[in-house]
Amino acid sequence: MEILVCARRVPDTSENEIALNAAGNDIERDELVYSVNEADNYAVEEALQIRDRVGGNVTVVTVGVDEDEEILRRELAMGANQAALISDDAFSGSDGKGVATILKAFVQKGHYDLILTGVQGDDGAAQVGGMLAAMLDYPFASLVNSIAAEDGKLKVGREIEGGNREINEIELPCVLSIQTGINEPRYVGMRGIRQVASVPIPTLGASELSVDTSAVGEAAAKVQRIDYFVPELSKGAEMLHGSREENAVRVLELVAAKGGLK
Amino acid sequence: MARIYAYIEHRGGVVDDSAAELAAAAKKIDVTSVPTAILTGSGANLDTACDSLRSSYGEIWKVANEALAYPNAELVRQALVSVLPANSILLVPHDHFGIDLSPGLSIKLNSAYVPDVLAIEGVEGDWLKLVRQEFGGQVSTHVRCDISCGAVINIRPGAFKAEPSASASGAVIDKSPAVGALVARRRYLETIVAEAGDVDITKHNVLVSVGRGIQEKENLGLAEELAEGLGAAVSCSRPVVDAKWMEKSRQVGSSGKTVKPKVYLACGISGAFQHLAGIKGSPFIIAINKNPKAPIFQVADIGIVDDVLEFLPELTNKAREMRGAAAK
Amino acid sequence: MVGTYSPSYIADWLVPGRNLFLTIHVLGIACFFYIVAKRLVPLVRAERDFRFDRPLTRLGKVFKFWLGQWKHPRYKFAGTIHILIFAGFILLAARAFTVLMVGVDENFVMPGLSGHVYDIITDYAATVVFLCMVVAATRRLVFKPARYAVPAKYGKGHAADAVFLLGLIAILMVADSVFSASNAAGHAQQGQPAEALTFLSLPWMFQAGFASMPLATLWGFNVGAYLVHEVTFYFLLCYRPFGIQFHVETSLFSTYFAKLEKGTVKPVRWGVSEEHLDQVKCFGVKKFEDFTWKHMLDFYSCADCGRCADNCPANAAGRPLAPRFLTIKARDYAFQHYPVLGKAKEGGPLIGGIYSQDEIWSCTTCGACEEECPLLVEYIDKIVDLRRGMIDDGNVPQSLQKPLKALESRGNPYGKMEKKRADWAKALEFQKTCAVKISDGKNGADTLYFVDSITSYDDRMQSIGRSAARILSHIGENFGILGSAEKDSGHEARRFGEETLYMALRDHNTDAIKASGVKRIVTADPHAYNALKHDYKDIPPVEHISQVIAKEVKAGTITFNRVENEDSVYAYHDPCYLGRHNQVYDDPRAVLDAIPGLKRVEMKRSRDRSFCCGGGGLMLFYEPKEEQRMGVLRVRMAAEAGANVIVTACPFCMANLEDAIKVTGLEGKMSAIDLAELVDQHIVRESCSEKSEEGELETAPLGG
Repeated sequence: MEILVCARRVPDTSENEIALNAAGNDIERDELVYSVNEADNYAVEEALQIRDRVGGNVTVVTVGVDEDEEILRRELAMGANQAALISDDAFSGSDGKGVATILKAFVQKGHYDLILTGVQGDDGAAQVGGMLAAMLDYPFASLVNSIAAEDGKLKVGREIEGGNREINEIELPCVLSIQTGINEPRYVGMRGIRQVASVPIPTLGASELSVDTSAVGEAAAKVQRIDYFVPELSKGAEMLHGSREENAVRVLELVAAKGGLK
Repeated sequence: MARIYAYIEHRGGVVDDSAAELAAAAKKIDVTSVPTAILTGSGANLDTACDSLRSSYGEIWKVANEALAYPNAELVRQALVSVLPANSILLVPHDHFGIDLSPGLSIKLNSAYVPDVLAIEGVEGDWLKLVRQEFGGQVSTHVRCDISCGAVINIRPGAFKAEPSASASGAVIDKSPAVGALVARRRYLETIVAEAGDVDITKHNVLVSVGRGIQEKENLGLAEELAEGLGAAVSCSRPVVDAKWMEKSRQVGSSGKTVKPKVYLACGISGAFQHLAGIKGSPFIIAINKNPKAPIFQVADIGIVDDVLEFLPELTNKAREMRGAAAK
Repeated sequence: MVGTYSPSYIADWLVPGRNLFLTIHVLGIACFFYIVAKRLVPLVRAERDFRFDRPLTRLGKVFKFWLGQWKHPRYKFAGTIHILIFAGFILLAARAFTVLMVGVDENFVMPGLSGHVYDIITDYAATVVFLCMVVAATRRLVFKPARYAVPAKYGKGHAADAVFLLGLIAILMVADSVFSASNAAGHAQQGQPAEALTFLSLPWMFQAGFASMPLATLWGFNVGAYLVHEVTFYFLLCYRPFGIQFHVETSLFSTYFAKLEKGTVKPVRWGVSEEHLDQVKCFGVKKFEDFTWKHMLDFYSCADCGRCADNCPANAAGRPLAPRFLTIKARDYAFQHYPVLGKAKEGGPLIGGIYSQDEIWSCTTCGACEEECPLLVEYIDKIVDLRRGMIDDGNVPQSLQKPLKALESRGNPYGKMEKKRADWAKALEFQKTCAVKISDGKNGADTLYFVDSITSYDDRMQSIGRSAARILSHIGENFGILGSAEKDSGHEARRFGEETLYMALRDHNTDAIKASGVKRIVTADPHAYNALKHDYKDIPPVEHISQVIAKEVKAGTITFNRVENEDSVYAYHDPCYLGRHNQVYDDPRAVLDAIPGLKRVEMKRSRDRSFCCGGGGLMLFYEPKEEQRMGVLRVRMAAEAGANVIVTACPFCMANLEDAIKVTGLEGKMSAIDLAELVDQHIVRESCSEKSEEGELETAPLGG
């Protein structure tokens, strides 16, 4: 099976404190640590496991700039067969639809049975996978937390409310967005990355992909970010400032008063 | 100003809470608007659901089709593309269905798409100004969306307070004939219900809920002791389940259970919206967290900045004392 | 006994059997060499191990541990029995050889080891060995010491095999004695001068029974006993390479080739320098042949005594690890895949085969197993190698991936920002009493205080850092810290198998240390201490703060006020990486004893038998399957010893023990304190400006 995983390099939220920069027009990026988007990493692991079960090839691609190559190399170290960086000045400032347009061009240059993305990136948009599928006219399923391959079709489980799982049958080729927790990604260490240091990662631009630059980039973006801000804290909770003992007593009184203590 | 539509989810004849929220959101886009509800489905349940919206929506479009008995996003998309006029604004709840439906729908409608919107600031010419969050909710962002070709807007559940119904007198219009044959290469098979587990957290009045702040599996004992003393149950947030410290049946949140307790003790929980989405009915929320800036303090009624691992045993001891004193 | 002073054997009794005896000799020896050769096959295929250096030191170890049986008395009863048996075997060696030779050459006499005195000694030796066999078998069958038990998952018990072996040795002793006794009785009956057998020895007892037997019967006993002796001897010889009894031969080699340095970890591959590591295809041990020959020799050398598992804290906590069975399973694997009869066949990966992942991740590298083993079998290097293999395969529990990733990107396992690493020293109250400078080479500090990650970032442990800094300041040290230039020492990264990450951390720190221009290093963290001392190269000498304090106490630079809580009873807990691995036992105790009025007790397990708190570094992140926490067991030991304060000299011990105090519900009744904190509280300070926050132990502040 030919599998394509679309990944992104994002600030690592668990190891970073996200704050506004001095100018107030972006987050402070100076001391940020970047890594592959967590959900995308789960997607790559899933792709590798499927490949190891049924045979095939895993390609990892990202739309970005030169620095983003490091996540491609990490996923190669994890076991992907090849990787590609899609980069062009004309692409910068693209909104979700723009990115999906670019990826569509890449997909059409190859032939993929299965396309995976992480369910969402650092912007919490969760959109590129669904858009890409619609552009390609492939069936789509989001929030996938289980995949079983059965002769030309896939049985996928989607995470829905209440912790329940919705089972769907989906035809190939298709696009799936992968939820975290679907598997246990393997560890990739510094040595693994060193071992793939010399694997070539081609960079593809607008001309290689035959992308209509008027459809992508900042000018074409229908959804634009104006600024970042931290909202004023609303009234919020009444904070208790007593000693631990006093606080505990107050809490218990309130629990009893609000209909709690048996 | 384009017409505003709202996609309404329903089950068993009852519409989802988001129905009222979407109506409120529509008002924020255009205060004069009287939005149209669109429901897909089949049978009597669909009819009942449509009827229940008469007082909150100007028009209710019913799209009945056997294939839509279970909401399959691929099929619903085809139906919506058939019935929606060009350049419409469609509001959808940003839940597991909305995430599935809206991105692809926006492409087929050739409209813009904005996911997970928290607030709507208004329209300026062709641009709709909205508020979103990024980086797991750590920063907010003002976004503008070009609505000249219409837009699909996903609304965060619970972000818009339902307004007491204005005088809407909606008529139910059957739009089913507009929909042609529905064919999808994705087929719904079944739903696997999460295991019940021994404790049903949806049935308890008081919940002691733990999050990452509990730090280790062994410390759950502190929460359990307190819960026992209060006659409560222990629930948790997603990271605790991901770390395999508690069963999935104990998870409160958008991908877990929805609970309606009277009192909710959030211990070491940061307050990510996916977790809060699982708390309905406005319980009395008491939050304990080491971090004074934790988002939970925005939604809690009472807040205590303290180490959960120290505070819980204190609560347990005091509860024991108070019971002892009461027994005398 | 066959001596020069009288031909005690009866020549014409044995001579007819000479050809048979000779044949048995030849067959037996040939068989033995063939078996040993087959046993050596996997060692030939194994990885290299450089063990041929420092022959004199190695011989010293052989004298101390092999000949001197140094470790045996740690278990008094079993140790005594073994020493007696071992001594017996050594003493009887010449005698056994002589007896064997006599069947072929009746004039054979062992040069030097013969004569009356030798005979008395060996008579008693045989008797003692025989009695020991009886005692040992009784122990196995009746008393069944717990450490010999075999949990069901590892198969059936080993008692039957043990008793079989004991029986064989007993038969050997008996056959030898019957042979001597029947010879003496035969002489006596024939009117020849007879050897007076040693009083109350085994042969002596038999002779009493033989005195009145007819000559023909005696001849039967004599030749029969000789045959039994010879056959049993060769059977035992050839049987030995089939189980734990192989240690009789291999122990000499396992002690000679034993590891000479404590606290170190073997390189990824002997003979491959770091620059060339990129060319190594696989790191670590994935299949059996990836072990070095010395490790395979260890598998053969295990005597299944169970002392290692008995002292293993992971085993006591109910984790799926018991060192003894790591070895026994590998030995059985070797026997199965490299059989004496049949072809050698390679097996699959060890993890998922004979070992489970959890089993290998469970080890805290405390070293108790290695400390205990009488055969000097090594464990830590094997565990580290197996972990290297798992890391190489990406087979790492999710709970460990996060801190490893944080170490890589932020230089500390918590993922906290580099620039906050020195914040512990910036607390305003603290700065007034003790200004800590950053050593970047420009402000001329002589001494570096290496803080390491937990003391830098953990709210509770920062107080240890502050106490250590105040102590250094009090004794007038011109010291500094590396601040945000410091990264984690990498001690645990290495022992968890992430060698590449460790090397990156090590190189970074080494550069920073060299750039600081310091001449010596002090740390309050035993893991950092061990890393800087043994893992790092070309850096100034390093000491643990307890050693520094002890020196100053001795010199009089530090004096103490009377202990604050006169009623408290203190117990010192030896941290594994200060005590066992680096043998610093006395300095911390000397410091405690220098505090006037301090009541100190020793826990039952102390010094080199100290019980690991649960492990440090990355072990704090791992989620083990266990029945109990090691810390909980340790806290109970302190309570048993009558202590209500545990003093330790390691921040990880502190974390585990304080946690355990909460879990056991002993809060308020038991507390833990670091040596540096205790010292800081009690130092006699002259000037007001030096006053520390007197009497207030820094605990994590409310909401902190």
